[in-house]
Amino acid sequence: MTRKQRRLALIGGAGLVLAASVALVLTALQDSIVFFRTPTEIASGAVEPGARLRLGGLVADGSVQRGENLMVRFAITDGGNTVPVTYVGILPDLFREGQGVVVEGVMEPANTLRADTVLAKHDETYMPREVADALKKQGVWKGEGDR
Amino acid sequence: MIVEAGHFALVLALALSLAQGLLPFWGARRGDRTLMETAGPISLGVLLFVVLAFAALTNAYLTSDFSVLNVVQNSHSSKPLIYKISGVWGNHEGSMLLWVLILALFAGLVTVFGRRLPPVLRADVLAVQGWIASAFLIFILFASNPFARMTPAPIEGQDLNPLLQDIGLALHPPLLYLGYVGFSISFAFAVAALIEGRIDAAWARWVRPWTLAAWICLTLGIALGSYWAYYELGWGGFWFWDPVENASLLPWLAGTALLHSALVVERRDALKIWTVLLAILTFSLSLLGTFLVRSGVLTSVHAFAVDPARGLFILGILAVFVGGSLTLFALRAGVLKQGGLFAPISREGALVLNNVLLSAVTVTVFVGTLYPLALEAVTGDKISVGPPFFNATVGPLLVPLFMALPFGPLMAWKRGDIGAAVQRLLALMVVVALIALLLIALIDGASITAMLALALGSYVLVGAFAELVERAKLGRVSVGESLRRLFGLPSAAWGAALGHAGMGLTLIGVVAATSGLQERGATLAPGQAVDIGAYTLVLERIEPRAGANYRDLVGVFTIRKGGVAAGTVEAAKRVYTARRMETTEVGLTTFGLGQLYTVVGERSESGALDVRLAWRPLVLLIWGGAFVMALGGILSLADRRLRLGAPKPARPRVIPQAAE
Repeated sequence: MTRKQRRLALIGGAGLVLAASVALVLTALQDSIVFFRTPTEIASGAVEPGARLRLGGLVADGSVQRGENLMVRFAITDGGNTVPVTYVGILPDLFREGQGVVVEGVMEPANTLRADTVLAKHDETYMPREVADALKKQGVWKGEGDR
Repeated sequence: MIVEAGHFALVLALALSLAQGLLPFWGARRGDRTLMETAGPISLGVLLFVVLAFAALTNAYLTSDFSVLNVVQNSHSSKPLIYKISGVWGNHEGSMLLWVLILALFAGLVTVFGRRLPPVLRADVLAVQGWIASAFLIFILFASNPFARMTPAPIEGQDLNPLLQDIGLALHPPLLYLGYVGFSISFAFAVAALIEGRIDAAWARWVRPWTLAAWICLTLGIALGSYWAYYELGWGGFWFWDPVENASLLPWLAGTALLHSALVVERRDALKIWTVLLAILTFSLSLLGTFLVRSGVLTSVHAFAVDPARGLFILGILAVFVGGSLTLFALRAGVLKQGGLFAPISREGALVLNNVLLSAVTVTVFVGTLYPLALEAVTGDKISVGPPFFNATVGPLLVPLFMALPFGPLMAWKRGDIGAAVQRLLALMVVVALIALLLIALIDGASITAMLALALGSYVLVGAFAELVERAKLGRVSVGESLRRLFGLPSAAWGAALGHAGMGLTLIGVVAATSGLQERGATLAPGQAVDIGAYTLVLERIEPRAGANYRDLVGVFTIRKGGVAAGTVEAAKRVYTARRMETTEVGLTTFGLGQLYTVVGERSESGALDVRLAWRPLVLLIWGGAFVMALGGILSLADRRLRLGAPKPARPRVIPQAAE
């Protein structure tokens, strides 16, 4: 092989891998990204039942009910609207009423979210940015933890 | 007083760093040896003053000096000694100081170990280190001062975030930073090579040990962080594809590619331009990691409260260094001479394939990590890119990488024989099949994909030793002779084998712990039992307990296997009194290489306890594999040090070594 052919083989091989990874990324971006929604967006009917999404807001005061076998019901609010959530499992340490959380799960027909992931943060002064934005939209942002 | 002295030491360190960035650089351009020689003493001076500053801050923590804001926010007088020390870097300001300390340490090491470097290269490398140190010292002094006072001084501090009061966290950031910052040396060498317009095998012989040392620390740091998340966050996951985790994975991927491409420069004087680019990108990704973690632009399970103004500052540093070095690369890369020829089927070709695939993985992870940020900036849509994305993209790219991995070391330089390599690997297939079958038998209900992945892991694990088997002539000479040959091999050959075998072990661990996972949740009253896998857990009693700065509600369990007592385990819900913050204290029981993971939740009004259990077979291999990888790196490094001390041969001896 001449120098030129060798270089072509190299570049061709690299190009092939690059094309494959671009294809993989594009397909995966279509199938496996999850949109972030606020309770108000869900109340306005923007989300189809069966869709997978992330929902952020504050855990509504007085909404947490513990059932049998680690079943928990609570509601997430952005001050304007509220979405009921069900979850099976042990909640993160910083989960409590009035705390900002992000949950991920599937929307059920009755506009209830069946969550499989509940994220509360490591640090109690931290507010997830998406939650802060959602609260600001509803005008209930109190500026606490705005760091 | 000591606090002010620490602050002043930082100012002096900045002044010296600026001098370190200017004088030797100017000297190198004018060919002035005296100016070039200033680099060494100045860099040691910077190190001295940064050490003093760090010691001053540590002292403030040890003496619980609550007139210092940073100590107030992150310490408490009742905190155990070890966490008073680790609290120094368990916060933003202190961790940036640690960053600079490690940077100064590496510059000092270059000064001490780099006496035999060509003077111009040494001056330029230390000057580039001076620029980086100056930028971060300016950042610390103007935007993130750890020595800021607080008046009036409160009587008690606010305590360190309880999740960080852990031995894992005492070690994780320093190791991670040793890795991140260690890559600054490769970066400095790359920039120096571009400025001088020359790069040769000797350059690579200098760069590779530094890259290797940084890579070892980063490997251990990531593994430790993953283990910490596994047992401290109480979810039992070991990798979440979380942006902050990806931020540490990106430089690791690029650094792994760099290690391998530097081999080609060293042995064959080829791939020079690519290696320089890779060195620049690796450190750029380390800076990006620092930015992502410290700026709070990403919502992450690991996010801590941060200040956006500081993020902007680090973004500025990032832009200057990445933009500047890439511009320099664009202007000067053409000056570098092209290197030696090689056939596509050769050791070089295998290393190129490794680099292409690792780069593809790096780019994929990079896109997945930053796409949500870009999309939000452009369209305002908020999305999250999670494990499904990364599994669907990284997985398929890793398969060819792992398939090709054992071939690399079996290829000769310049022109390899793929048929012979296939034959040698086929000879090992019996061992691969045995291990794979054993693993599959061990894991209940593994899917076909999981079985294939376990087989792939066994193949990587066994294939890693193919080169050693070959060089020991195992089976072709007497066993004693083979053993003699095996232990007579250079430690770098062992290093490569262990590095690759560790990758195989980690792969096996990940697949086994994911596909063999069994989870149960239950609400138990004392005396009640629950089954998980082959084990039965009985809740014996629930008892409150008091610790140094916390209170526990402990669930005490006995574990039975087949009706026979197999141990006890305690899991707790812990409340830290200073911050009124709850944490989960996981009960971990190790059986073989698998672990039983016990978490307790709330106590109900009837006195029963929420319990979640998980059984993960072979889970310890995940971190054990990383440890073996690091061990391989250390062996390889030991070999290098010996050879660097030896008189240089006219041409570097071609020792088949870490490859693919």
